[in-house]
Amino acid sequence: MHSDYQDTIVALATPPGVGAIGVIRISGQQAISCVQDFFRGKDLNNVTSHTAHFGRLVNEDGQIIDEVLLTVFRGPRSYTGENTIEISCHGSPYILQEVIRLLTSNEQVRIANPGEFTLRAFMNGKLDLTQAEAVADLIASSSEKSHELAMQQLRGGFAKKLSDLRQELIHFASLIELELDFSEEDVEFADRSQLNALILNIQRTIHPIMESFKYGNAIKQGINTVLAGRPNAGKSTLLNALLNEERAIVSDIAGTTRDTIEERLVIDGVEFRLIDTAGIRDATDAIEAIGVAKTMEKIEQSAVLLYLFDVTALDVATVHEDVDKLQREGLELIVIANKMDLDPYLKPESFYNDYIHKDNLITTSAINQMNIDYLKTKLYQLGIKGKAQTDAVIITNSRHYKALAETSDALQRAKDNLDQGLSGDLVAMDIRRALHFLGEISGEVTTDDLLENIFSKFCIGK
Amino acid sequence: MFPEYDVIVVGAGHAGCEAAVAAANMGSKVMLATMNMQTIAQMSCNPAMGGVAKGQIVREIDALGGYSAFATDHSMIQFRMLNLSKGPAMWSPRAQSDRMMFAAKWRDMLEQHENIDFWQEMVTGIIVKGDRVVGVRTGMGLEIKGKAVVLTNGTFLNGIIHIGEKQFGGGRAGERASKGITEQLVELGFESGRMKTGTPPRIDGRSIDYSKLEEQPGDDVPRRFSFTDTAIPATQRPCHIGYTNPEVHNMLKTGFEKSPMFNGRIQGLGPRYCPSIEDKIDRFSERDRHQLFVEPEGWNTVEVYLNGFSSSLPEDVQFKALRLIPGFENAKMFRPGYAIEYDFFQPTQLKPTLETHLVSQLFFAGQINGTTGYEEAGAQGLIAGINAHLSVAEKDPFVLQRSDAYIGVLIDDLINKGTEEPYRMFTSRAEFRILLRQDNADLRLTPLAYQLGIKGTDTRMDRVREKESQIKDIEKLFSKLSVEPYQIESMLADKNSSPLKQKVKLHSVLLRPNIGIGDLRMAIPELDQKLSAFDEESLECAEIAMKYEGYIEKEKEMADKMRRLEGIKLKDNFDYHALPSLSMEARVKLSNQKPRTIGQASRISGIRPADISVLLVHMGR
Repeated sequence: MHSDYQDTIVALATPPGVGAIGVIRISGQQAISCVQDFFRGKDLNNVTSHTAHFGRLVNEDGQIIDEVLLTVFRGPRSYTGENTIEISCHGSPYILQEVIRLLTSNEQVRIANPGEFTLRAFMNGKLDLTQAEAVADLIASSSEKSHELAMQQLRGGFAKKLSDLRQELIHFASLIELELDFSEEDVEFADRSQLNALILNIQRTIHPIMESFKYGNAIKQGINTVLAGRPNAGKSTLLNALLNEERAIVSDIAGTTRDTIEERLVIDGVEFRLIDTAGIRDATDAIEAIGVAKTMEKIEQSAVLLYLFDVTALDVATVHEDVDKLQREGLELIVIANKMDLDPYLKPESFYNDYIHKDNLITTSAINQMNIDYLKTKLYQLGIKGKAQTDAVIITNSRHYKALAETSDALQRAKDNLDQGLSGDLVAMDIRRALHFLGEISGEVTTDDLLENIFSKFCIGK
Repeated sequence: MFPEYDVIVVGAGHAGCEAAVAAANMGSKVMLATMNMQTIAQMSCNPAMGGVAKGQIVREIDALGGYSAFATDHSMIQFRMLNLSKGPAMWSPRAQSDRMMFAAKWRDMLEQHENIDFWQEMVTGIIVKGDRVVGVRTGMGLEIKGKAVVLTNGTFLNGIIHIGEKQFGGGRAGERASKGITEQLVELGFESGRMKTGTPPRIDGRSIDYSKLEEQPGDDVPRRFSFTDTAIPATQRPCHIGYTNPEVHNMLKTGFEKSPMFNGRIQGLGPRYCPSIEDKIDRFSERDRHQLFVEPEGWNTVEVYLNGFSSSLPEDVQFKALRLIPGFENAKMFRPGYAIEYDFFQPTQLKPTLETHLVSQLFFAGQINGTTGYEEAGAQGLIAGINAHLSVAEKDPFVLQRSDAYIGVLIDDLINKGTEEPYRMFTSRAEFRILLRQDNADLRLTPLAYQLGIKGTDTRMDRVREKESQIKDIEKLFSKLSVEPYQIESMLADKNSSPLKQKVKLHSVLLRPNIGIGDLRMAIPELDQKLSAFDEESLECAEIAMKYEGYIEKEKEMADKMRRLEGIKLKDNFDYHALPSLSMEARVKLSNQKPRTIGQASRISGIRPADISVLLVHMGR
């Protein structure tokens, strides 16, 4: 999709990830009125340019998302030359995500393409040609990259699900077009109940994907943190201590935790995806072997490793051996000496080596909540250090979510029209919209794709 | 021997005839050169015009002052409005024609035109001076000078006909192929390709047992293609439907090894939507029957066209298989089906005016551009003819947008995407098909033709103005008049529509599905009386405009968005290679195809949104 200067665009202006604050910028004709719809504070329609306003952003249900500071710029005295608002929020990815989702729920507002604010600035005469050339390079390179990135970001199953979805939609659209363009042909046309079943099926595919984007993995985008250690080191107990909840199955039997468990831990706005793993001891049974392999795989995908050991069970050499096995470059390591209550006179210094030192060795007694707050502080420091941040770009995910939502919306309309008995050409209008929006994330769907599908499946031509 | 002409048209098929008439009606002195004046406006394939998407194109040609609809209406032996059960955008007129009357009418209209001269001989080359065309050269070595040349060579360029293992040069059964032009154009730098199409056997109608076939009659109330007062036929002839069976298929299979389609002798690209019978059997082997359409070739002739049985198998195999079809046990063939291969030129070498990028004042229209169909050819001829005249007169070119007409979609697709098989129009190719209807082609296009000053469009424009004012009056009537529940109670009940609770405006009743103006007229005598003052055409148009207003508005909005990008012009001499931020593919494609607008650039295959952003930045709008 190329720029359309009638639309209002929104994007995160600060780098993605966790920061103290995050700034979202919205620019275009509807910028002020759109923000006003969700803002509880001054009437923005009447404020003068270059002024800041404190207030709250609330969602559709009236729930407060965040307290924000808005800076209002009226065109042409703004970076883009259009009406612009910069929204300073607290820097939690979840909050930023929600604000962008909220603003784009307005039909006139869409997520900006890479470089689009600058493009508009140029179009509105706010930049000279030299500056613009630099921007052009940027657009050319970043849009290519962002597409690549977008596809990468669709974690495993999503990419497959999306391509299935695309195929289903093409098939559905082909059936509609078939009865329009080839009504005179001797082929069997789908009846309404078949079409209805198909569209329901597509909706069933699309909704879980959307939901997972909205609440789950995509937005969670926390810092992947693996909790590893030998069986019965107390990993599940530590997890529960961090979360203040009974989550994992806790028992004295070594190897109780066979699957990896994911939990979300938020420390002062910094998010961690805590992954509890089965133990790393050489597996004694087949089921556990799977768990061990998963542990190593999870560590590969993580930014932080919490290695936990039972001070009463392991000697220095074994701890060093374990850490050597797990450690890799770029991985932030915290070593936790657990069950200190059972051996209060243990000297932590004796464990120090190249990897383990004063700053990353923490003694705890998870069962008594001892030193858990200190551990949280350590984690938080790693989080804001930035080094541990994942590369995840929440904008890309917002774009996906939006595209899926639009696809689903168009499908719903198509279904309503089918239900009302409207003719195929009118139903097709919404199907085309659905294809267009899905195409934004799964690759464009052209008429040729539909015709190709029709000619390969149906015997056309007298 | 010849004066210098404004426009020389080479070829007198559907493209050539429309091109000649368009240029002549704008005031050009036109030379129409054809190899054989006895075959002007031949329907080389089936004797029918229109159909889904194609019917809309014929109406558009007519609205722009072309003559295809005149010839169709004059020679019509059957009329059907297809897709009536679908929405109004899908309604598509289709006519069976008397093949000979169709051609005779065209020849008559051309001969009556004072601006058109004829020359019967093969044109073997064009004359080029610098980078412009200045005339054509004939087989006898004659030179005809012209300021613009429109090539409409159809399937004649190095045409080769295949029947089984036999193959011979020819542009159509019994007609010579045309030599020289392809070779010269390739030398000039054009890229040529090869395409393939086919045609079924012609049958002696006296030998068919029609009692074994299904009859397909025309509509009870036939209509016309033209927006003028052409005659509507009082009687019609039916078509018939038959089916092949496994015995037919088995017989055909005995000829497969001698089929030029399967043994690789034909290399040209054939259309997937118009396959030969052997292709259908091969690709859809699970089907034990295929439909055949038996079309009469005229009012008086016994010749019959067997649509669906297109084949290039050996003639004896065609014949033996034919006789296994129920109803054809004693069939006699007039001539076998055949496949034909011919040269075409990727249409990406053309401007939206159909002028070539390489040689100025040289235009291509019809199958030479890789299309198929009389309607597609006629439409291109019309646009090429208009623009040939405009370029000679040094006036601005005439280009239809995708949101204006199917003709706009056709040409935009061709020049931007090219084609890998004979290109045929489908409604699904148009983004705005709710706007591009057969009922409003005159409202959409006649004003444009009138502005161009095409002869004969002034009276058409009067009709358009009258139609527009009638539509307004009808709409006013429906938003003003109210209806009481009791007046339409029984009509609504009959239509399974819920009863009215209170008095409402007629307009709101019309918005209900299944309720049309006709239903309301029957129920409300007062309305019927008021509407009797209006033309049927205006009523149809007004009804659609009111009933589908929401959808029409939505498409108009999208069309406006698209048009904004069409408004940003790109210069022909724009140096794309100087923009390193463009992808390499974009630089090459844009340099070759020289899009006229940002909108057009965005539709060229391989051009990515990022490239468009880069262009926008550098254009500075």
